[in-house]
Amino acid sequence: MSTTKYQPLLSASGVRKVYSKGEVKLPVLKGVDFNVAPGELVSIVGQSGSGKSTLLHLLGTLDRPDGGEIYFEGNRIDNLAAAGRDILRNRHIGLIFQFYHLLPELTTIENVLAPVMIRHSVLSYWAKRREYQERAKALLETVGLGHRLNHKPRELSGGEMQRTAIARALISEPQLLLADEPTGNLDRQTGDEILEVLRRLNAEQNLTIVMVTHDPNIAAGADRTVHLAEGRVQAASQAAA
Amino acid sequence: MYKLLLCWRYLRTRYIALASIISVTLGVATMIVVNSVMDGFAHEMQGRMNDVLSDVIITSRSLEGMANPEWHMAEIRKVAGDDVVGMTPTAQVPAALAYYFRGQYFTRQVTVIGIDPETYSSVSKFGYYLQHPENREHLDFQLKEDGYDVMDHQAEDMRKVKPREQMKQAGWKHRRANAEFEKRIAVQPPIQTAAQENAAATDDSPFATAPAPVQETFDPATEQHAGTVLGIGLCSHRTADGTDVFQLLPGDDVEIHFPSCGRPPEFRSSKLTVTDFYESKMAQYDMQYMFIPLDKFQEMRGMIDPQSGIRFVNAIQIKLAEGADLNAVRDKLREHFQLHLYDVSTWRDMEGPLLAAVQTETLVLNVLLFLIIAVAGFGILAIFFMIVVEKTRDIGILKSLGASSEGVMGIFLTYGFSLGIVGAGLGIVGGLLFVKYINEIADLLGRATGTPVFDPAVYYLYKIPTIVEPFTVGWIAIGAMLIAVLASVLPAIRAAKMHPVQALRFE
Ligand SMILES: Nc1ncnc2c1ncn2[C@@H]1O[C@H](COP(=O)(O)OP(=O)(O)OP(=O)(O)O)[C@@H](O)[C@H]1O
Ligand SMILES: [Mg+2]
Repeated sequence: MSTTKYQPLLSASGVRKVYSKGEVKLPVLKGVDFNVAPGELVSIVGQSGSGKSTLLHLLGTLDRPDGGEIYFEGNRIDNLAAAGRDILRNRHIGLIFQFYHLLPELTTIENVLAPVMIRHSVLSYWAKRREYQERAKALLETVGLGHRLNHKPRELSGGEMQRTAIARALISEPQLLLADEPTGNLDRQTGDEILEVLRRLNAEQNLTIVMVTHDPNIAAGADRTVHLAEGRVQAASQAAA
Repeated sequence: MYKLLLCWRYLRTRYIALASIISVTLGVATMIVVNSVMDGFAHEMQGRMNDVLSDVIITSRSLEGMANPEWHMAEIRKVAGDDVVGMTPTAQVPAALAYYFRGQYFTRQVTVIGIDPETYSSVSKFGYYLQHPENREHLDFQLKEDGYDVMDHQAEDMRKVKPREQMKQAGWKHRRANAEFEKRIAVQPPIQTAAQENAAATDDSPFATAPAPVQETFDPATEQHAGTVLGIGLCSHRTADGTDVFQLLPGDDVEIHFPSCGRPPEFRSSKLTVTDFYESKMAQYDMQYMFIPLDKFQEMRGMIDPQSGIRFVNAIQIKLAEGADLNAVRDKLREHFQLHLYDVSTWRDMEGPLLAAVQTETLVLNVLLFLIIAVAGFGILAIFFMIVVEKTRDIGILKSLGASSEGVMGIFLTYGFSLGIVGAGLGIVGGLLFVKYINEIADLLGRATGTPVFDPAVYYLYKIPTIVEPFTVGWIAIGAMLIAVLASVLPAIRAAKMHPVQALRFE
């Protein structure tokens, strides 16, 4: 991993984030330095309230840092205009969350297709809808949900919802997948299954994954674990892959 | 793409929003119905006015009238040219109508109009309003044996017509029966039969009004005086259940008292025999006008110059070609004729205040009804705010998937617009159906409640007139949709401004 001068897929340097409630300033991130190499599966661990989610939101351009810089494929992304950030989230960075965050009005396959629909106008979507649908079906097969295409989220179990969310995050073939406690709401076994899906994607498709988790068991499944404490990244410990 | 899909899903799952557009629907439907009925009534009214009045009328400002109508008509033809399709001279004078009914003496204020039976029907629908079929074809001011309409021939639906049983008697039959009765009780007819039909009355002659010493024997059973067509409202009234009760019938005699054309005007009287009724269904005309032949009128009032034989008339009524510009013709005539002598007006000018009142009424009603739709807009606004709050997390999700703020705003604007389309669409369909079956609905309501909703006895119309103006329907629909979109703007902006992280954290 330290052969040539490698370019990180994602890098954060000196990232700071302060929440202010009136006069009270609450610094959550106080200068996070952090690199992710292409093809890595990194887990971020830390106490509740240590700012893991906050960091992930900054990396995923859902929020802007108060200081520091974030680079994606060598390009600075933390100060991009809204349109650029929308495109980034739509095509290059996949996001999955603890509470799945599926759209309740849409079926499984429609949820998976949502990013594609957001990208395309009615006409260009309609012209290629077969192709997109095939792709969504294939993805759902990959995550093991090929048989529940037309169910609404409320008819699915937690594990199934998270699989749907993963398929949705992958529909645009992103280079990077950011996952915020993807197993946090699932029982041990289901959590392991989700982790297995992520590991397989990482191994087979060389997908770079950054995963926030509480669970040391899950964290152990990653190539590398990053500890977040007191607003900074603590000494990183290498995990045996 | 996702906008349409989500809109569609929201439409199908959020019935509360549909509830909010019911008021839009009702507002649109009501506006369509009200406008159609108002247009229908206005059209009916204007149609009648224009049927009763000619297009343009030139009136002399003096009751003495204008000399030589032929010269005037030639001048009009010179000025207005091809636009003129019909012209007729008329004369008129305010008068008192007097008659006996059940031994009691009645007088009424009338306007006596002298018409030329040959040409009068060419400028207005006068003939159509008469009660005897032969008179409708050709008016001759002669009493008919019988055959006067018992059923109102102007009604579209004969089932709603109350037969006028008295009219079965009308005609010579009635006149002979009267004469028989008078003879039997051997009382002199209350109206003096002194002949006052001295034809050659001159303007200034002091002898003009002196009764001619011709004592003729007049047999009312076989003879009639000069004929008159009486406005139907002058001698009848309508009871609460819609039956017409007549005090006079064709065949009865009446007397009129009017000023002559002399200087100063003198009082003259003349006996007439009612030969028909005039029913335009415009109360102000039916209760005011009575018609006699123009030459008879001119003789009675002394409107013939004794030396030259030149006749005088009060007005010339002009019928213009279909589509001719009334106001342009009027203005040309006003330039040509000296305005201190003549008044030139179109029928719209003459009924200006009434038409303006109807127009104002329509406008005010429209403003009020549109306010109802605007109120519905606030309902949409409130419910949209609720939906935006409820959908906060979804908005965060969409943004995390790369939806732009404009895109999220678009969802709710499209949503509002589709609600507007649904609301206005249903309103249009409902309104048009209501208009189409309005008479059936009125009948049904009338039967259910026991009192007729639309009483022909009151309105002189047998059914509710309606006109659907596509243009009006169009702007009502556009207005309703605009309001729905405007009402969704604020909630949509709020949705667009939501911070994705806050939205995702929203519980
Ligand atoms: N909008 C906000 N305003 C003020 N404080 C906030 C806001 N969002 C987060 N915080 C605070 O920032 C800190 C970090 O929150 P964050 O959600 O990143 O923690 P976390 O590490 O993900 O915790 P958990 O493991 O429980 O998910 C918390 O103390 C939280 O209270
Ligand atoms: Mg968290």
